[in-house]
Amino acid sequence: MNSWIDADLVLITLTSLVLLGASRLGTSIRMVALQGILLSPLPLLLAGQSGFGPRAAMLAVATVLIKGLGFPWLMARAVRGGSQRREMDPRIGYNASLLAGVLLMVVAFLLSSRLPLPPGEGTPLVLPAALFNILAGMFVIASRRQAITQVLGYLVMENGIYVFGVGIASHQPLLVELGILLDVFAAVFVMGIVIFHMGRELDHTDTDRMTLLNDWEKE
Amino acid sequence: MIGTLIIVPALAGALSFGLRSNRARRALLVATAATHAALAVAAWRGSPEPTLYDWLALDDLGRLFLGLTSLLFLVTAVYAVGYLAREKGRTAGDRGEDFLFRNIPEAVFTGCLLLFLSAMTLVITSRHLGLLWAGVEATTLASAPLIHFHRHRRSLEATWKYLVLCSLGIAVALLGSFFLSVALRETSSSSSLVLDDLLRRAPAADVPWLRAAFICLLVGYGTKMGLAPLHNWLPDAHSEAPSVVSALLSGALLNCAFLAILRVLQVCLAAGQGEFAREMLLWFGLFSMATAAVFLVRQPDYKRLLAYSSVEHMGILAVGVGLGGLGNYGALLHAVSHSLTKGMLFLVAGNILTAYQTKAAGEVRGLLRGLPASGILWTAGFLAIAGSPPFGTFLSEFTIVRAALGLGRPVVAGAMLLLLGVIFAGMSRTMLAMAHGEAATKHPAEPFLAVAPPVVLAALVLLLGLFIPPPLETTLRLAARALGVPS
Repeated sequence: MNSWIDADLVLITLTSLVLLGASRLGTSIRMVALQGILLSPLPLLLAGQSGFGPRAAMLAVATVLIKGLGFPWLMARAVRGGSQRREMDPRIGYNASLLAGVLLMVVAFLLSSRLPLPPGEGTPLVLPAALFNILAGMFVIASRRQAITQVLGYLVMENGIYVFGVGIASHQPLLVELGILLDVFAAVFVMGIVIFHMGRELDHTDTDRMTLLNDWEKE
Repeated sequence: MIGTLIIVPALAGALSFGLRSNRARRALLVATAATHAALAVAAWRGSPEPTLYDWLALDDLGRLFLGLTSLLFLVTAVYAVGYLAREKGRTAGDRGEDFLFRNIPEAVFTGCLLLFLSAMTLVITSRHLGLLWAGVEATTLASAPLIHFHRHRRSLEATWKYLVLCSLGIAVALLGSFFLSVALRETSSSSSLVLDDLLRRAPAADVPWLRAAFICLLVGYGTKMGLAPLHNWLPDAHSEAPSVVSALLSGALLNCAFLAILRVLQVCLAAGQGEFAREMLLWFGLFSMATAAVFLVRQPDYKRLLAYSSVEHMGILAVGVGLGGLGNYGALLHAVSHSLTKGMLFLVAGNILTAYQTKAAGEVRGLLRGLPASGILWTAGFLAIAGSPPFGTFLSEFTIVRAALGLGRPVVAGAMLLLLGVIFAGMSRTMLAMAHGEAATKHPAEPFLAVAPPVVLAALVLLLGLFIPPPLETTLRLAARALGVPS
């Protein structure tokens, strides 16, 4: 069972790495979709040792629906609705981003060696994989200019937290987990609306060109 | 009881999306605010039963913040009626800009305002840290459309910044909540995030995980609270949002995020990690005050000025709690007086903006002559927010400085006094210059609904400085005790 979990975690990590080096929005959205689908068996696999109940199954289904299908559909729609360029123009180049990704992985492993896992929880890969996805998501948010890519980064970060949630802190009541999934869903939905407005009113969704609000260049 | 407090504004919010008539909607807004306030008073006097598996309950801290939020919402709702009537159908251009903007429909505005109240009530009453998290996230989502009220490109930019930064923060807070459940797991099969369970299990906490959890939660909710260097969304959102919303963001929302941090602090205290947590709060607080001081001096935009002043005051709250002892009491008192003062100032800023059509402080002159009511309130508000006697803010800031001296932290006290002095000087230059001088144009007399709400808040701040009503005093003492035994 554990080897399946680890294989899944490695695949999830790889999708994040591909996302870091992806130059096209379409590829990035597909990677996030793939990541969502890869996440869904985790609750089942992790509950595997003690036999999974309806709770883990529901969570898995909700994950596929929301993270695997819902978000990518919303994002793809926002790309079509807005008028942004398909090619992205990041603050940090794709190769440099990939290199940063490798560094972030080292950081994730170092951090997880500082936090000893309680015995009998998850596998040793859960914590570094979760931390890496969180860091990679933050990196994408910070290093990309397009609003839509920043949302994708946010999703990757959420996925990392999800890995941690189901992998280690897996004893929360279901209600909370579903609430959290729905909350994230709503957040992405609201962001999608804002991106739509941006496309219409500013003719671009480039956050670097949003420089009307600042403290220094007034008057 | 507690359920009703959350459900009533949520239902009213949903209803407001469906109502056709603007008059009916405004009546609904005020009626809901009044109902919420009445329920809050009842909850304050009685001790309402916990509901939903004890996930929702009202302790002394919750009682304090519930009363404050409800009061502020009621006052701003009354103000909003006049504001919406003035804004109705206005297609305004910016001064010196060829750009027209149209406000979002009133139905969306009122609906989101009420949902925002519901979400804040959820944050205040929730005893389950997962539910608390969901509540904080809900406040972000409900308030984002409010910031986008003017549908201007600047408000869009502010909304985007607000959404991205607060979502990032909230994601880190979620991670922190998970860390907390790892740090405090009882057995491998159960690990609830209900505050009472956490407090009970805290003495056996896993220290590295607990510390990591506190850092994540402080950074996460600190983003929402506006602690520097995580405050970047705050000046933009506060300056671009309509004044009614700015008043609520500053007066109520920041407090909710502060309460979330206090909940985590309670867990750290029970785990014997109070020292570590308090020290971090203290430095975050001082850093926020210093950052605010830098941006407050020569700030050309008076709404941004008020926003940076919020960063400063959130810093003071963090310093107060970071000191502990008497500082706890001072911080809670300061949360009350800051909310009332800042709510009042933003409402007055709304009046000034309506009359002068500019946010540039340099173009506003002669408030005392041109807009006498707002001019007097603006001057009084300046004195209050800068912490001069006899206002409530003076009393609370004085209490915190005294706490620092009493606890043998003269450096903290000195730094605080220095920063407060710089901020006083910086704000007085801008705000007093606006009040004095010749009025360039004659303005019509201000409507009653634009003046009465800030007057009520100003009166309350003044009252707090002279005499703290006994029920409030009792609640403050009890709430401060929840944050550690007073020394």
